[in-house]
Amino acid sequence: MAQSTSEVGVMAEAIIDPLLANVGQLQTRSERFRSHWQQLFKKPSFVIGFVIVAFWVIDAIFATTIAPQDPQSQHAFITLQGPSGAHWFGTDWLGRDVFSRVLAGCTSILKVAPLATLLGIAGGTVVGLITGYFGGKIDSIIMRVVDAFLAFPLIIIAVLVLSLIGTSEFTVVLLIGIIFTPVISRTIRSVVLVEREKEYVASAKLRGERSLYIMFAEILPNITSTIIVEATIRVGYAIFTAATLSFLTLGAQPPSPDWGLTITQGRLYIQMAPWVVLFPALALATLVVGINLIVEAIQKELNA
Amino acid sequence: MSRYVSKRVLLSLATLLLVSFIVFIAGDVLPGSIGRTILGQFATDAQVHAVDVQLGFNHPVLIRYWNWISSFVTGDWGTSITQQIPVLSFVMQKFLNSLMLGAFALIIIVPISVGLGVLAAVKRNTKIDKIISITGMSMLALPEFVTGVGVIILFSLVLKWFPVFSNVPGWNPWQIVRNFFLPAMPEMLLIFGYISRIARAGTIEALESNYNRTAVLKGLPPSRILARHILRNSLLPTIAVTAVQAGYLVGGLVVVETLFNYPGIGNLIYTSATQHDQPVLQASVFLVALIYTVGNLVADLLTAWLNPRVRLA
Repeated sequence: MAQSTSEVGVMAEAIIDPLLANVGQLQTRSERFRSHWQQLFKKPSFVIGFVIVAFWVIDAIFATTIAPQDPQSQHAFITLQGPSGAHWFGTDWLGRDVFSRVLAGCTSILKVAPLATLLGIAGGTVVGLITGYFGGKIDSIIMRVVDAFLAFPLIIIAVLVLSLIGTSEFTVVLLIGIIFTPVISRTIRSVVLVEREKEYVASAKLRGERSLYIMFAEILPNITSTIIVEATIRVGYAIFTAATLSFLTLGAQPPSPDWGLTITQGRLYIQMAPWVVLFPALALATLVVGINLIVEAIQKELNA
Repeated sequence: MSRYVSKRVLLSLATLLLVSFIVFIAGDVLPGSIGRTILGQFATDAQVHAVDVQLGFNHPVLIRYWNWISSFVTGDWGTSITQQIPVLSFVMQKFLNSLMLGAFALIIIVPISVGLGVLAAVKRNTKIDKIISITGMSMLALPEFVTGVGVIILFSLVLKWFPVFSNVPGWNPWQIVRNFFLPAMPEMLLIFGYISRIARAGTIEALESNYNRTAVLKGLPPSRILARHILRNSLLPTIAVTAVQAGYLVGGLVVVETLFNYPGIGNLIYTSATQHDQPVLQASVFLVALIYTVGNLVADLLTAWLNPRVRLA
């Protein structure tokens, strides 16, 4: 009798011990988030990227107060002057201060890119969850349409649509968001296909939960790291695309100090005054490289 | 294999049909009447209507689509609204210009990217690998017009090696390099980013495989393992990516040709879109879609041909 109780005890311990061990390791979501965050700040590449992007974000918010001169004020007598003490980055073809215009030039892009990404992530997550979870006919039809959609260079769709309906910050956000939706839905779908087969989904089905509940309350929290990584990657692409659209004069309109637009307009003067295009190009380069350093670090941290 | 090929070809045809319809609709509903675009703002409404009728713009959409696609297939691409010349020869000329530029970029950069990608994999986690990977990553992030401005300032303003604007060169090799090097550069840097990364990843996977371990333990010389065992497997995804990139190249050409004022199809799509030259816009965008779809098809078929696991699946 005594022997059998101890046997039961041993068996129970064998079952419970690993569970208890797991409990020790289990972290709440916010704890895990904090530890990831701390790990990220130990990586030099992330810190550099973070500082660069933070600089531009703060600059975008306070653009009008930071800029030493009015980015729009024209001076007919000092057009296309080289960098000097009065104008650190020189002046452009209308005599405007290039330094002030570079500082003021990221507002539109830093508004458009995150909003477009948010829209694409929202759309892509919904489509990805539905197609991945239900599978079958819906899945194969939607994925065919996605394939056809992806069979097109993104920038050409954008040129086609924007020349058609005209451009504004709102249409650019909408367009990039819609173009991103199928791409993001692919990534989300591929992880949902894996999650769908896990035990917690089966048990939720046994409990008789509705599909909507399983998709959004059970699966969604488990794929947040994929969504975060995808979102950071897409912000980079959104900046790339939005800047290219401004360059093609299909985004921000004159006299906006937007970097892409300034480069198209200043292109004509490149032989006389290369600083007009050089500094906006460098500014844009630092922003995209900064974003990519962050993306790389987050990707490594969350996949580790 | 034949089943896979026919399935894949059918899928491409379906994609093209869908794309052609989208292109048609997009070109067809451009704001403003076509007659108005041709005759200008001082024509009377009756005159504008007469031109619309003459061009068939008073028919329902599906009939217009059918007329458009059937004449497109038979080689009648219509007349340019702004230039008043046949679209077919006009678009084809620009397309050939772009093709030369694109081919120049691909011929130079693909071998370099594959070579450096494989080198990075073989020397992985060393300084060489870090330099190659970080360069590739940065090049992927930069929009073409940013790298374009960089190379113009470096190579034509500081070093004075190349002209600031590019034109179509003849067959003189020096002229080709002189006119193509700068506009090809942004595309080459971007493609380098993609291809070197894929080549590196594929090679690392092959290096960590069991068959590689067997080959090493058999005592085969490293150069032979690389040539016969590693590259054959690692370059499969690279081929697919290269073909897809060849299609993306056209998208990038819109930017590069605008920056360098080069008379190619990218520049044409951009100008015809902004000038609302509908027949030219439809033809050039559809041509790009055609090239892109065929590129993808070739990539898939090539992968299947090289890799039995795909074609028999």
